[in-house]
Amino acid sequence: MTTLDSSKEIQKNKSEVGEHHEDFRMFGLVTFLIADGMTFAGFFAAYLTYKAVNPLPEGAIYELELPIPTLNTILLLVSSATFHKAGKALLKDKNSDSQRWLILTAFLGIIFLICQLFEYFHLPFGLTDNLFASTFYALTGFHGLHVTLGTLMILIISWQTRLNKGRITSKNMFPLEAVELYWHFVDGIWVILFIILYLL
Amino acid sequence: MTISIDRQNENNKSLQPNGWLRYFSFSLDHKVIGIQYLVCGFLFYLIGGTLASAIRIELASPMSDFLPRDVYNQFLTLHGTIMIFLWIVPVVNGAFGNYLIPFYVGARDMAFPRLNAVAFWLIPPSGLMLIASYFVEGAAQSGWTAYPPLSITTPQSGQIIWIISVLLLGGSSIFGGINFIATIIKLRRPGLKLMQLPMYCWAMLGTSLLVVLSTPVLAGTLILLSFDIVAHTGFFNPVLGGNVVVYQHLFWFYSHPAVYIMVLPAFGLVSEILPVHSRKPLFGYTTMVFSIMGIVVLGLVVWAHHMFTSGTPPWMRLFFTIATSFIAVPTGIKFFNWVATLWGGKISVNSAMLFSCGFIINFVFGGITGVALAQVPFDIHVHDTYFVVAHFHYIVYGGTVFIIFSSIYHWFPKVTGKMLGEKLGILHFAITFIGFNLCFAPQHWLGLNGMPRRVAEYDPQFEFVNQISSIGALLMAISTIPFLVNIFLSVRNGKDSGDNPWNALTPEWLTSSPPPVENWEGDAPLVEEPYGYGDPFFDENKKI
Repeated sequence: MTTLDSSKEIQKNKSEVGEHHEDFRMFGLVTFLIADGMTFAGFFAAYLTYKAVNPLPEGAIYELELPIPTLNTILLLVSSATFHKAGKALLKDKNSDSQRWLILTAFLGIIFLICQLFEYFHLPFGLTDNLFASTFYALTGFHGLHVTLGTLMILIISWQTRLNKGRITSKNMFPLEAVELYWHFVDGIWVILFIILYLL
Repeated sequence: MTISIDRQNENNKSLQPNGWLRYFSFSLDHKVIGIQYLVCGFLFYLIGGTLASAIRIELASPMSDFLPRDVYNQFLTLHGTIMIFLWIVPVVNGAFGNYLIPFYVGARDMAFPRLNAVAFWLIPPSGLMLIASYFVEGAAQSGWTAYPPLSITTPQSGQIIWIISVLLLGGSSIFGGINFIATIIKLRRPGLKLMQLPMYCWAMLGTSLLVVLSTPVLAGTLILLSFDIVAHTGFFNPVLGGNVVVYQHLFWFYSHPAVYIMVLPAFGLVSEILPVHSRKPLFGYTTMVFSIMGIVVLGLVVWAHHMFTSGTPPWMRLFFTIATSFIAVPTGIKFFNWVATLWGGKISVNSAMLFSCGFIINFVFGGITGVALAQVPFDIHVHDTYFVVAHFHYIVYGGTVFIIFSSIYHWFPKVTGKMLGEKLGILHFAITFIGFNLCFAPQHWLGLNGMPRRVAEYDPQFEFVNQISSIGALLMAISTIPFLVNIFLSVRNGKDSGDNPWNALTPEWLTSSPPPVENWEGDAPLVEEPYGYGDPFFDENKKI
């Protein structure tokens, strides 16, 4: 039993040390986001190659309507700004303000997802109809997965910023900053995706 | 930083290193995780080696008589996947990286210990899952490259399990890479400059950059491939309007850097071993650093040399031929640096040194055939023949696996406080070296004469050379026995090594062997010259 006890103690001590180095948790997150970005880069490269060298068969439907995705772009850009506001508010120790901004951000994320699903159900093509359709669903779906995860994380941290009882305060900003960076990253990916998928 | 180290040290003064049970626990200690990686990887190596032996037995005769053809394909696929994703990548990165990097940067653990443990514990389940797929409906049959349309048309369940386990292993690799980058960049002991780090740190930094930049692309590709298999989309299926060459581009964007992920850490390890056993500073430290980083940059832009016969346009062939040939420059610099390190040194002939020298010999041969393969006219002639198999194994077995063994002989005293037996070690080296060259050197000839790879049957004219190759493979299988006996005997009643049996100067030897849980009693030493051998002010006989 002593072995297990002492190993637990080591683990405890090691995690305590981790608390002192907030800076490299952020560094690790940035590295992870670079890796995540490379996944998208692979998808984008595949999509652009298909566009260049694989002509679609005659009569394939691939025209996209612009209004919904444009609304979605605006939603995500605004949500980035509201998230930024949440961080600023927390820095001034206005926890309830910060929480309100976070809930607004999550709300925008949810609307984005609803719009995305609405678009899916009203598109004239399905996943396996042609190469363009498959790539479209793979790209937007993978991005939508990121938005879903981000929204869940925002809801969690908005719960944790509640005044006095929460663990996220102006002295422990890391969780909020980490999710914020992730959220901006997902927004950035959406902008690229919007440009190459809908506009090009 | 100082505060936290002091506090942690006080907390752990009373702690003793605990028993063997910790190797089966979700331990956060980087040394435990390193050993977990090594032992787990070695078990998979034995399985992958058994499969290789079965393949060589089959190939000892021209007809398909030992294994049914589809089982041969499954063994081939499993052998490649296990050896790459479960033995070489985890061991040469995960095992030695986790064990050594925190010592080299003067830290008490990796930057993210919990992520580190997660990264390791992803490996055994995905490996077992991969092997178990053989017993369900047959493992994947499309080789470790899983090229569509072959991977789409062969039986589905095995291929999907293959994809899932490679995705998990890729995730493990990415987590490890993030950890290494953060540890090397951010967790260095105060006062330790980047250009004072031991070479293995640089090698791991370069490797981890490659892991982080290229592995996600493979993950994305395999997700698309699984859509093709399960949902019948047409990304890579020409029948449905897809494009197989896109798969090859995306796959090789990971899998060419993967070769550097497998071999760069070995470059780092051999740069640690050679100076110690020849009592000379590492020759050309700065050029070594720049050539590692040069290989990282070039390694990302040479992938299409695997695809010269895939209808690549001439400009692409030209570009990738030139870029690939350029890689020979940094690699050649490193080779000459190692030779110059040995030159005029006080060389001790021991197992670690023998394996390292074996590495240099094999690697230069594999490197030369690599440059040859980069040239389009030659590549088209030998594409998909045994020449490629021979080249690849010269790099990955003759290079990396030799260094893994060399490193085990070198760092075994560090881990256990016992020496490994030299006689068995030299026997191990001799059988491995002879067996390896007997197995793979003839395959160059086979390839040049047109024997295709990955096929269970071949033209009877190749029988004799194939039999020689199979005898070599048998010797390689036998070579594991003295090694295992040696480990067993040394762990039970090996000679005590003392703290620093090699009189080495790199930081991991400046603590007790085996090291205490927190790596150092007191503060981590500042090692400004990890290779300061032969310095008149340094007394070699004085134990530190």
